[in-house]
Formats: sequence, C-alpha cells, structure tokens
Amino acid sequence: MSGFTDAVLTARRRKGGRPTRPAGPMQRREARWGYAFISPWIIGFLLFWLVPIGASLVFSTLDFQLTDPDATSFVGTSNWERALSDPDTWTALAATFRFTVLFLPLSIVVALGLALLLNSKHLKFTGFFRLLFYAPSMIPLVAGVLIWQQVLNPQTGWVNRLIGLTGVDATGTDGIRWFDNPILVLFAFSFIGLWGIGNAMMVNLAGLQGIPTELYEAAEIDGAGWWRRLRSVTLPLLSPIMFYNLVIGSVAILQYFVVPWVLFGATGRPGGASRFLLVHFYQQAFVFGDMGYGAALAWLIFILVAVFTAVLFGTSRYWVHYGTERS
Amino acid sequence: MTATATAPHTEAAETPPAEKAMRRKRRGITMTIVTTLGALLLAVVFLMPLGYGAATALKDKDGVSDPNAAVLPVSALTFEYEGEVHDVYAVPMPDGTTRDLALIEPGRESSTFVDPEDPGAGPIEWDGRWRTLEPVTGLNPQWGNFEEAWNTISFLRLTGWTLMYALVSMALTVVSSAVVAYGFARFRFPGRGLLFGLLMATILLPPAVTLVPKYAVFLQMGWVGTYLPLIVPQLFANAFNVFLLRQYFLTIPRELEEAARIDGAGPIRTFLRVIIPQSVPALTAVSLFHFFYAWNDFFEPLLYLAGNREIVPIGVGLSYFSGVYNSEPHLILAASLLALALPVAIFLAAQRVFVQGIVVTGVDK
Repeated sequence: MSGFTDAVLTARRRKGGRPTRPAGPMQRREARWGYAFISPWIIGFLLFWLVPIGASLVFSTLDFQLTDPDATSFVGTSNWERALSDPDTWTALAATFRFTVLFLPLSIVVALGLALLLNSKHLKFTGFFRLLFYAPSMIPLVAGVLIWQQVLNPQTGWVNRLIGLTGVDATGTDGIRWFDNPILVLFAFSFIGLWGIGNAMMVNLAGLQGIPTELYEAAEIDGAGWWRRLRSVTLPLLSPIMFYNLVIGSVAILQYFVVPWVLFGATGRPGGASRFLLVHFYQQAFVFGDMGYGAALAWLIFILVAVFTAVLFGTSRYWVHYGTERS
Repeated sequence: MTATATAPHTEAAETPPAEKAMRRKRRGITMTIVTTLGALLLAVVFLMPLGYGAATALKDKDGVSDPNAAVLPVSALTFEYEGEVHDVYAVPMPDGTTRDLALIEPGRESSTFVDPEDPGAGPIEWDGRWRTLEPVTGLNPQWGNFEEAWNTISFLRLTGWTLMYALVSMALTVVSSAVVAYGFARFRFPGRGLLFGLLMATILLPPAVTLVPKYAVFLQMGWVGTYLPLIVPQLFANAFNVFLLRQYFLTIPRELEEAARIDGAGPIRTFLRVIIPQSVPALTAVSLFHFFYAWNDFFEPLLYLAGNREIVPIGVGLSYFSGVYNSEPHLILAASLLALALPVAIFLAAQRVFVQGIVVTGVDK
C-alpha cells in the first residue's frame, strides 16, 4: 500500500533479523559496488545531517552571538533553561498545539472526502475534477497566501461579502476580522492549508483504487450500507495511507513557517497565534543572531518531532491494518 | 406475499423486473447528476479565491478599497475628446431615449455633450441640469496593473533566478539520487537495511536542527548571500527522490542487467545503458517533483539569501513586495497571479506524468 510506511516498517523489522551469509569474493565485490553507489548519500548524510545535528547540541551550550562571534563562551544548560522559561516558547507550543488540533483532523477528513468523491462511480468528468482539486497545490505557497490574505480582507474580501449576504454584519467594524482574532486566524491558516491538500488527496485516491471491488460486492451482498462499507472495508484498507498522511502532516505542522511568516513576520500577531515554533526559532537565531539559544530551540523542535513520530509509529500497530501476510 | 410483509417489500415484489431495472437506472442517473453538480459547486468554492484574485487584480485602486464596489472591475466610464478626459453620463433625450454621452462643457441649465460612439457628429446641446444625470459605469479592466506589477517586482529577474535554482538543483539531485537509488535497489551489502532506514528517517527529521551550525559554516566560507548553500547539498541525493527511484528500479526485470553483464558491462555501464533508459518516466516524475519543490522553496532561500535581495527567488521576492506594497492589493494580486502562471502552466502541460508519478509510487514530495 503506502510504500513509505512499508519501507520504514520493513527496515525496522529487518534489523538484525537476517542471517549473515559467508562473504565470498563475489559478495565482497557486490558490497563494494553497493557502498560506492550510495556513497554520495553517506557523505551528504554525514555533512548535512549527522555532524550538524551533533554540532547543534554543542552550540546549544554556547553563548554565540552572530554579531560578535569572537566573544563566544560556554554557558552550560542556560540556553536550555531559557528555552523552557521563555514565554514565547510556550506561546509557540500553544499555537502549534491549537493549530494541530484544528487542522490535522480537518485536512485528513477533507483529503479523504475529496478522494472518495473522485473515486465515486457516480461522478462524471473525473479527470477534470481531479485536476481542479489538485491545481491549487501547484500554486506557489507565497502567491496562495497573498491571494487568501485579500479574499479574507474584512471589508473588501469575497468571503466576508458572501457572509454579509446572509444578513450577518461581516464587513463592518464589528465584523469578522480573520487576521485580528487568535482563533479566527487559525481558520485562515486552515483555508490556506486546504489549498495544499492535493498530494494527500491523490495518495488517498491511489489507495482507494487499489481496494479490490470484490470486497465491496461481498459487503453489499451482506447488506452493508454506504457508511458500513466505508467503516469496515475502506478505512481499514486505507489505514496505511492514512497513517502516511498523518505522519507527514503532523511533522509538517511542527515545522509550520511560511504562511505565518508571510502574513505576520515575527510579530506573533494576533495574540501570539502566528508565533509557531519555527518562527520563534528563526527570529531568535537569525533575526536576533542568538545562535546558541537558537540551537537549543532547534533541538527542542527535533525532540518534539522525534517523540511525536515515535508515538505515531508506536500506536500504529493498533490501528494501521496490513492486510496481507508478508514473509 | 403474506399480509405481514412491510409496504416497500410488497411493492418491490409486485414490480415487474424490467420496471425495477428502469427505476434503478433512473436512480443512478439522479445520483450522477447530484454528485457531479455537488462536485462542481465544491470546485467553485475551492477555486473562488482565484476568481477573486483575477477580478481584483484588474481593478483600479479606488475599486479595490471600496467595500461596496462591484465584484467585477467596474468604474465610471470616461471619454477622451480633443485631448481632454470627460465623464460619460446617461442623458435622457427629448425623443424619450437615453443616450450615453460625454460631458464636454457643463453649464447650469444647459450643457454640451458629445457622443463617444460618434464624436465626428459634433457637440450635442442638452437642456437640463447635468448634476442630476447618472454617470455611466462599465467593465473597465486595468490590464496595466499586470504591467506595473511585472516592473515593480522585476518579474523577469525573479523568474530567472528561480528558474536557475530550480533547474540546476533539479539536475544535481536527480543524478545523485538515481545513483544512490541504484545502490540501494540492486546491491547487497552489510547494513543496507539500517542505512535505508536512516535515509527514510531524514524525511521526517526537522531541517531546523541542522541550520545553526550549517549557517555558521557557510558564513565562514563566504557562501551566505549566494546560491551555493542551496545548490551544493543537492549533489548528495535526497531521501524522497532516492526512495521514489529505488521503488521504480526494483520493478525493472533483472534479466536485462544479466544480459548486459554477460556482454561484459560493469555496474556503471549497466546503470547508464540499461537502468537509466528504462527509467525515463520515473526520472521525469522526480524531476518535476523537484522542480515544483524548488519553485516553492522559501525557508532556506530566505535564510541564506537574506543579505542579497537582488538574487532571491520568486517566493521570497513576493513576500518582500507584499510587505512594502500592502496598501496596493491590486498590485499584490497581479504579482501573485504572475508568479503562479508558469508553474501552473507547466503542471497542466505535464499533469499526466505528474499524476502517474504520485500514483505509481504511492508517495508524494
């Protein structure tokens, strides 16, 4: 099903499980060629991942200011203590948490809903609709953000003017100010986010098309209605793909940056709602040049992502369904 | 049928099979119409901001900021007559008709107009107070907004740098990723499973955790303010691309390589002569994925090019522009539409390859 989760899970399962073969000259030659082919990645992994991650940990113990690198000194855990007592860190964690709670379920449901719609035997012009729903994903994110910023303009944007048609005073001074309210702005972020739903939708659709129709026929003979078929056939068989979308989606939210940055820069407006973790990190490390503190914040993000994915992978065995037995 | 049967059952039993089939067919048609219309409505709502963007990008400045302005770019019509611009009014004529005329000489009790359709017919005298007349409005798209946005953001310069970045990094990452993917797909070596797991893990690792030391080193090397920190890492393969290409390489029958080997080809020649020609669809898909990824890339260009505004790619350029021109939304929207035109056009042209790439591999970038 989802090749990505397969690969991760298979890699995990294989660890230490394979019997070692006696290495003859042929095998040694094959292994040498294998290492040669993957060597660019190994070098890149060391240079751009492993060493920098370790160095970040070292940097997080230093007082290292970009404006005055010569005055760098060792400060022990004080950057870490500061990171945990900085009110901005907690604002960022709260903003990330609130947005995750709203957008992650929303995006997963919408991506699944659109895929179900596109897979429906009742839908005509499937290719055309697939194109329409996918197209916004191709719009450069900054351009999309700027368009939405105007569409959600309280006075002149179409969204409020449409709401105004229903009799609600949306465009007035007490109207719906999408970018001035810490809760409403999460919906603005969500609208922009839904424009990027295309990839998740396509992956879901590919998964749906891979479900054998006999299963649905059998369920129908057993008298299962639409809802029952969705719950008992579609969702279990789609769960590896839903799992993939969930992992990618939550890792992306923990590193949410472009949309809040383009709309609000490092101001955190409204009321801290746009101060996401990466905005906080970018401001401290590269706007203020406090690289030691920035490194501590970056490690905090790293730990959060690691814990989050570990929890997701750990719980996956209870709800991700791998139908076929694998050798 | 017994009397205990419920009403629908009775009805179903009494209906002849032909009629039942007809009814089912009719229900199917209704479902198709409802579903398709529903999808159309959903698509209209989903794409509404684009319509708004297009309509607003063509408005003049007054039309953008007026909350009661018409939806389309409408403004009061004017007419140029003998070198001067005059407003156009709906003028009720003595014969009972109303004509759209340009006011060239206003007077208290009578004014002089000219017909914009037929200025050669000369001035028309009209008795009445011109202030009671209604100005004529009409569709008046400001195509000049696009020209102004094009010039203000230096669209060609931004696009040029973005294209350079996208194409160079695409070439480097596709070549290096294909090499690495072949290594993982075809050779057995100790630690392969572990290394592949590590490779996959880098998809989930937050790049932020590497940025501080990388930035410090690139700054030391004098690379900050150039594209080098963005391009050089592409030489060392990218986990997503390796994964996609490996999946594809695994589907190529081994017999083809065996034949090449019997002919005396080494692994490099086999890779170049057998694997690469067989993998054009996958290589194209990966190239496209990376192209769009680079076109959209924001964080790292923002970081590494911060000191050099002249060479930023289009996403960063747009964000600078919107910060400065936030009182001119029509220009921001025109610039945004310009910025999305090229990637969307490429996508529409290549969508078959693109969609297949997502579907075949079951994964996206």
